[in-house]
Amino acid sequence: MSIDLKTIKHIAKLSRISIDDKKAKELEKDLNSIFEFIEALNKVDTKKVDPLTSIAETTLKLRGDEVKTKNIREQILKNSPDENKDFFVVPKVVE
Amino acid sequence: MSDIINLTLSALINKIKKKELSSQEITNAYIKRAVKSKDLNTYITTDFENAIEKAKKFDEKGNFNYKLPGVPLAVKDLFCTNNLKTTAGSKILSNFIPSYESTVTQHLWDEGAILLGKLNCDEFAMGSSNETSFFGNVESPVGKKVVPGGSSGGSASALAAKLTPATIGTDTGGSIRQPASFTGTVGLKPTYGSCSRYGIVAFASSLDQAGPMTQDVSDAALMLDVISKYDTKDSTSVNFKRGDYFKSLSSNIKGKKIGIPKEYRVDGMPKEIESLWQDGITLLKKLGAKIIDISLPHTKYALPAYYIVAPAEASSNLARYDGVKYGYRSEGENLISMYENTRSEGFGDEVKRRIMIGTYVLSSGYYDAYYLKAQKIRRLIKNDFDEAYKSVDAILTPSTPSSAFKIGDKTDDPVSMYLNDIFTVPVNLSGLPAISIPVGKDKNNYPLGLQLIGKAFEEQNLLDISYSMEKELSFKNNLQDWWIK
Repeated sequence: MSIDLKTIKHIAKLSRISIDDKKAKELEKDLNSIFEFIEALNKVDTKKVDPLTSIAETTLKLRGDEVKTKNIREQILKNSPDENKDFFVVPKVVE
Repeated sequence: MSDIINLTLSALINKIKKKELSSQEITNAYIKRAVKSKDLNTYITTDFENAIEKAKKFDEKGNFNYKLPGVPLAVKDLFCTNNLKTTAGSKILSNFIPSYESTVTQHLWDEGAILLGKLNCDEFAMGSSNETSFFGNVESPVGKKVVPGGSSGGSASALAAKLTPATIGTDTGGSIRQPASFTGTVGLKPTYGSCSRYGIVAFASSLDQAGPMTQDVSDAALMLDVISKYDTKDSTSVNFKRGDYFKSLSSNIKGKKIGIPKEYRVDGMPKEIESLWQDGITLLKKLGAKIIDISLPHTKYALPAYYIVAPAEASSNLARYDGVKYGYRSEGENLISMYENTRSEGFGDEVKRRIMIGTYVLSSGYYDAYYLKAQKIRRLIKNDFDEAYKSVDAILTPSTPSSAFKIGDKTDDPVSMYLNDIFTVPVNLSGLPAISIPVGKDKNNYPLGLQLIGKAFEEQNLLDISYSMEKELSFKNNLQDWWIK
């Protein structure tokens, strides 16, 4: 099967990556060659195989939800591309 | 001065402990060489002034019982360093200053090591040649315009060029072992769960693992002693009884059973690599090991399965880069277009490709056909190893299907680039430890490595086998310092 231009644009939308037509065509070529390579997996019968989700097949350990770092608000906000006092700023979302 | 940079990590530590060399002398020697080696483009960020200051402090009142007393080290720029820019080789993190330290690097500093700076790598560790970094290509000291491998390309290049006595990288599909093989150095990927992932910029969380890159096997054991520790901050960290790897090193491997998997004899593999593999087998026999032919029948499906699992996890991990709380931000008329423009401008082509693949295989209607299928294949690949380990202690394979190539040679075709990792990827999918050691050279005088794959949590066994091989091999890079200005 192949991935068409429309699907490429849909995946880009889902990925929150803006692409123009030129880029979409490039990606169409690249992704199709990668998926052609991936299709090899269809030759393997996996009906009776359990999926392996993680090598560490144990239940994840729990730990107390405790504050261990203090007074790093300024440090954190300093990395923000746009800030205002104690807030991260984004383009207006509510009219 | 030239003596200092030619010492192995363990030799350097001995000299410090005997007070024959000071931390300042060593730190200055490496800094001086790094300044003259800018053409290799190994560093993204240097922290030389602080390093000199820390070395001075160590010489004044340092603890000589530490495992890395006053030793300067540069690390891959995928490890978060408190208050020092951490970019993961990406534009989207080009201005990111972490407010915390990765567990693995913290272990280095706790044992007395001093940070020299952050080394170049493929963007988000996605690449096999260090050609996807926003901060430019890294050149290998092995040859002009030759790639150092990737994604820990800056680390491998800096280590081989003697800009750091040892370093650490990360390995998701071969990113420690492949560049080690390309640069004539030693690279160890520990068992999944050995070294904490806390504070390492995430690529594919079920595969990522940090590990040492060193001049020889003893140094790798020494570094592993420092960085392999249980960590509650990493939910997949495993609390197993770790060895005293460096002290326990033994070159007696008599009676060890080494498997040779026939599936690693791939079409189009250069004769040089085939004969290198044979040399390794002959050497192991000479050392008293028993060679056993084995089969890992699902090997050829490892790479396609990896290119579903890794991008799927990456697309999820990289969803956090939205330009809101940190990193690069572009403009947009509304919130969504701000996200889309930020990610479009902030990520490079390879990262975008992988996010797109990952998003596609996880999207509605395709999950079972791709992602679930790949996880089932992953089980079969792990089962192959489990079966093999009933009759062998370790497995010997080539590290890579070719030696290092020229910059630009494989950038047009993503699949040909991916094939670089054909021998390293099965190990990550199965969570096993593996080491690449330099064994010989090809006709261009570029290094070639062999890979030893071990049982889970049996790093000592792996280190012992490679240590005994290394002693007999006496491999030398003999670089001509052509890049020094």
